[in-house]
Amino acid sequence: MAPSYAVPLNWYLILSAILFCLGIAGFLYRRNIITVFMSIELMLNAVNLSFITFSYKWRAVDGNIFAFFVMVVAAAEAAVGLAIILTVFKNRRTLEIDEISSMKD
Amino acid sequence: MDIALFIIFAVIALLCGINLVVQTHPISSALSLIGVMGALAVLYLLLGAEFLAAAQMIVYAGAIMVLFIFVIMLLNAGAERVTKTRQLVKIAGVPLIAVFLGIVAFVIQAQLPRSQLVWFGGFSGGGPRDIGIPLFTRYLLPFEVTSVLILIAIIGAIVLGKKEMD
Amino acid sequence: MNLWLIPIFPLAGFLINGLAGRRIPKALINTVAIGSVLLSFLWVLKVLFSAGSLDTAIGEHYFTWIQSGPIHIGCDFAVDRLTAVMLLIVTGIGSLIHIYAIGYMDGEGGYYRFFSYMNLFMFFMLTLVLASNYLLMFVGWEGVGLCSYLLIGFYFTENFATTAGNKAFIVNRIGDFGFSLAMFLIFRQFGSLDFSQVFNGAAGMPKEAGYGILTTICLLLLVGACGKSAQLPLYVWLPDAMAGPTPVSALIHAATMVTAGVYMVVRSHALFLHAPIAMDWVAGIGLATAFFAATIGLTQFDIKKVFAYSTVSQLGYMFLGAGVGAFSAGIWHVMTHAFFKALLFLGAGAVIHGLHGEQDLRKMGGLYKHMKLTAITLLCASFAISGFPFTSGFFSKDAILSAAYGRAPWIYWVGVFTAGLTAFYVFRAWFMAFTGEYRGDKHPHESPLIMTGPLMVLAALALGGGFINIPRWLEPMFPETGGENPVLVWTSAGVGMVGILLAWVFYVKAPDLPGKFANALGGLYRLVLNKYEVDEVYDALIVRPLVDGSRTVLWRGMDASVIDGAVNGVGARAKGMGAVMRLAQSGYIRSYAAWVVLGSVLLLLAVGLGGAR
Repeated sequence: MAPSYAVPLNWYLILSAILFCLGIAGFLYRRNIITVFMSIELMLNAVNLSFITFSYKWRAVDGNIFAFFVMVVAAAEAAVGLAIILTVFKNRRTLEIDEISSMKD
Repeated sequence: MDIALFIIFAVIALLCGINLVVQTHPISSALSLIGVMGALAVLYLLLGAEFLAAAQMIVYAGAIMVLFIFVIMLLNAGAERVTKTRQLVKIAGVPLIAVFLGIVAFVIQAQLPRSQLVWFGGFSGGGPRDIGIPLFTRYLLPFEVTSVLILIAIIGAIVLGKKEMD
Repeated sequence: MNLWLIPIFPLAGFLINGLAGRRIPKALINTVAIGSVLLSFLWVLKVLFSAGSLDTAIGEHYFTWIQSGPIHIGCDFAVDRLTAVMLLIVTGIGSLIHIYAIGYMDGEGGYYRFFSYMNLFMFFMLTLVLASNYLLMFVGWEGVGLCSYLLIGFYFTENFATTAGNKAFIVNRIGDFGFSLAMFLIFRQFGSLDFSQVFNGAAGMPKEAGYGILTTICLLLLVGACGKSAQLPLYVWLPDAMAGPTPVSALIHAATMVTAGVYMVVRSHALFLHAPIAMDWVAGIGLATAFFAATIGLTQFDIKKVFAYSTVSQLGYMFLGAGVGAFSAGIWHVMTHAFFKALLFLGAGAVIHGLHGEQDLRKMGGLYKHMKLTAITLLCASFAISGFPFTSGFFSKDAILSAAYGRAPWIYWVGVFTAGLTAFYVFRAWFMAFTGEYRGDKHPHESPLIMTGPLMVLAALALGGGFINIPRWLEPMFPETGGENPVLVWTSAGVGMVGILLAWVFYVKAPDLPGKFANALGGLYRLVLNKYEVDEVYDALIVRPLVDGSRTVLWRGMDASVIDGAVNGVGARAKGMGAVMRLAQSGYIRSYAAWVVLGSVLLLLAVGLGGAR
């Protein structure tokens, strides 16, 4: 039934996993707060891809809806997070994540 | 045809993702992220999630990323200086990620049979009507909760933003 | 029959005087103290009169004290002929001594405390005597030990008094350990601690030839008795116990408590009769103690110490009697000894009281003309203890010695020689105190009637009490061991009189003779004067090592280092771990992120490879 040009499902999932790991790498290795934030967004996108893939697999719409909710929450989170970054910048005058460490002791 | 589309846009997504991590200037990273989102939107279309693909472009790439770019410009963030990374992160980071990836890949291969295939048009339940009806019936409660969440986020952002202006 | 009233009267006296004594007037304290003991005595008389012949024991069961598995111990009292004798001695002599003590302790501090302790002692002693199982007897045993400690250390502001009290209690404890072990073995062997059950069980067992279970039990009982009755090697507490007030010495360390050991051995005669080796040990220890203590008594200058060693010696005689099978003779001697020894101590107390605290014989002399009554009563006691014909001591001591001769003649001869020594040292004390010229510097005077009254009663008993034929009364329990040989009897009486004569020679006729004798014997004399240095030996061998070992090993080593170290170490370890854990809280967000990734990897490992679907 499937056409011969069809794509194996596993490839989508592996792509999602690679993107997620790229997000982790960016989160661990970058020093600018905003870039870290964007890595987080990348991770969320990867997860969204995974959700939609599974939604296709089970021929159900619930995966899509879940991905939709993830998007909504990511939007809200981005708004608040960026506001916090602005405030921290106002106080510390720096965007480097290593210098915002007053919770050390 | 589908394979070609998939490979092209998967490669675009990967390259933009790598670029995001590698670039030093935040603006470059933001633009890379927009590229990733665009590629992903096409992949969503291939998977039959039309509504989500549109929402991805409109909301994610159109609103959230714009917000990011505004903030970057507002803070006048420059390119990062190159300095040392923390001990733990430097030592354990790459192996951990590699292990992570390996495990996930293994699980995927073990759990999902190779015969499952994706082609355009294989799933037709991703249109607006198909999303909307469950959203307002089965998932009404999460829907309402997320709307409250958005409200809270707005208020929070305004409050935080307002403090600066004093 | 309400036997429980007998010990309850003194207990009530203790409670009233102990709790309210500070506030009630002295007359009331006196009434309560004496009244309780007198009531007890009267009740004993009533019980004995209405009991009839007491061929069988009268028992009363009050409540079940311990009921746990196979152990069943009740609070039971019983009165048989042996108990009757002991009850009369304890309450009768006790009453007299209480009356005397009112005069003696007049004006002393802690007056009410003294009498409450004395009443408490009476309660425990009566419990000991009335008990019809070993555990209840042990309660009384321990209780009298406690009261002895309290009363010896009565003048607790004096260091030597409190040390003496400690010594008494600790040495007693060693004996109590033996008693406890004996009780464990008795229970294991007979399944009960009740006298009738144990003795019936023992009667069915054959006589042991070697060191069997019965012998072991009896030897352990003997250890306990040695502790309480101050026999070798646990006698060292009794001379030091003279630090207490003289009525205490009279009541506890002469007439009653120290005889508890003898009573216990006699009560357990059913066990001892089946363990001949143990009996030999009893007799041997008794004889050795009698001789040993008598030699020390020859040299002492403190009048109370002379009588203390005399008590140890006479207790040896009682053990000798029990050890050769003459149980009733031993009990007879308990009674007569109570008469004359209490009299000796009370008389000594009168002398000390009259001399305002002087106890050294070398500072006395010629007191006859100042205290005639005291002197005469003490003379009666001295005759009695020397075994002068027809005095009470004569009858009881000869009963013991005759029975000893039947066992082995050499025992008899050693006993007779010791009797001679006894006569010598007791009359030495009398002569040094009452004859010659007064060598002190105080103003001696006679004691009031309240003190001399009991002295006179006791003197009458000491002289005539021998005619109360105890062995005949106790015959149903202890069959007579054979008739008395008149030769033996008169020989020992003769030796006693020789002793008196010698004392007269040494201390009246030629007063410088003792000094020459002592110089001639030189080192030996000094050794005996220092009581053979036994206390010093114990100190070096046992006490010092224990105390030092305790201090270094147990206190510093174990307690401070190990236990404190462990407890403090736990705290230090927790602090250390906390310090290590704190390093994870670096404040760097990326470190946290790395930890999160690590955690998720582990989680994935667990889930993925664990096969969760």
